[in-house]
Amino acid sequence: MSTKRKDTDLTWQDIEIGAAISTPGNAAEYKTGDWRSERPIWNKDRCIKCGICYLFCPEGCVSHDKEGYFEADLYYCKGCGICARECWTQAISMVPEG
Amino acid sequence: MEMVGMEGSLAMAEAVRLANVDVIAAYPITPQTHIVERLAEMVANGELNAEYIPVESEHSAMSACLGSSATGARTFTATAGQGLELMHEVLYVASGLRLPIVMGVANRALSSPLSVWGDHSDVMAVRDCGWIQIFAENGQQALDLTVCAFRIGEHPNVLFPVMIHIDGFHLSHVVEPLFLLDKSQVEGFLPPYHYPFALDTDKPVTIGAFTVPILYTEARKSMEAALRSTRDIINEVWNEFAKVSGRQYRAVEHYRTEDADTLLLTMGSYSEIAMEAIDQLRDRNEKVGLIRLRLWRPFPFEELRKATGRCQTLVVLDRCISPGGPPGPVCSEVKAALYSQKKRPKIAGFIGGLGGRDLSVPEFVKMIERGKEIAEAGGEEVETIGVRGQ
Repeated sequence: MSTKRKDTDLTWQDIEIGAAISTPGNAAEYKTGDWRSERPIWNKDRCIKCGICYLFCPEGCVSHDKEGYFEADLYYCKGCGICARECWTQAISMVPEG
Repeated sequence: MEMVGMEGSLAMAEAVRLANVDVIAAYPITPQTHIVERLAEMVANGELNAEYIPVESEHSAMSACLGSSATGARTFTATAGQGLELMHEVLYVASGLRLPIVMGVANRALSSPLSVWGDHSDVMAVRDCGWIQIFAENGQQALDLTVCAFRIGEHPNVLFPVMIHIDGFHLSHVVEPLFLLDKSQVEGFLPPYHYPFALDTDKPVTIGAFTVPILYTEARKSMEAALRSTRDIINEVWNEFAKVSGRQYRAVEHYRTEDADTLLLTMGSYSEIAMEAIDQLRDRNEKVGLIRLRLWRPFPFEELRKATGRCQTLVVLDRCISPGGPPGPVCSEVKAALYSQKKRPKIAGFIGGLGGRDLSVPEFVKMIERGKEIAEAGGEEVETIGVRGQ
């Protein structure tokens, strides 16, 4: 399946034989961020830069910035809240979207 | 070629050898066992240069076939009855991925009660798995149609797995006279296999991936349309095979149907005994004939409509029960196929030949005569032929 076009534009005639995906790794284009109802917000005053949020994120979307503080890539973050639950210092709070 | 006496299972194994397959992954089950036993023997003694994978179940057999076929290896397996049901979910993967695996099925009844003997319960349970499905009616066809199956499945405009059905015991275990095929005949007919989408690390693809609701409908529609479009190619391959062998196969085959008012419809080995019944009735100047569905999937709608266009009564034999449903899957599909026709025959369905029960010539004669009565009376009931008790 080509990812040049939006999924909603693909017709059944566009589907490749065997529904094969000929552009490997294109799952990275799939936006899971719009599943989110809450987003994680880091409180830098509490954060000890331990990286437990980075380790536990099931989506692998937490990374650190130049100063060593952590943040979520909101294109992928589904808002599951595992990072907030696991954070040792309760530095992460889940804030409703919208 | 000279005529030889050969068991149906061994004829199918011979076809697989002639097709020079690369991989066989199989698990033995009655009444299919002789096919894969013979193939194992051929690989062991060097008659066939192939990888033989002895697996721990039919689910694993079909799973191994998926991997093998996806690498571009010509792949065969065989099963029957419970074994076909155990590989059920993997059958859908094979057709969804468009992998041209060829499988022999020695049709067998399903438990419970346990029966190793033949009927079509196993086939009907995998009716919608997206495979091309073809029925043989004798040992010669077990050989011929298996050779053709590789050519059909691997055609670049087909790329679907193919099942060749041979009735358990009545075909798998009966020694019949048949003509073998010459290696050079098959080589000319069946070119070396080049799967256009074989797994290749230089051109990586993802297959069998998760599909979200926004794409699944399109993926299934695409696959279904492709299966439907294979009908012409199947006929073309059979026409080409006729040039090589002198034996012509068709999606719907006719026996003494000229001027027939009443037609009997059968699939598989019982077609041959049905011909005897037709001959007896023709001797009595009754205008009866026989049609056989050679091709079960994709269903030959046009050919069936053409074949039944002028008859008054159509009698359909099912070797399977659809419990609580329309009686007989074949009969209900035939009715559905003819429903839209302005002129259509009255249809009487019979269930018979379950779990290896023989149907005799007099029973076929009775079925045709009783079928005419039911159709004339406008009856909807389906009778079970040969059952004890009223």
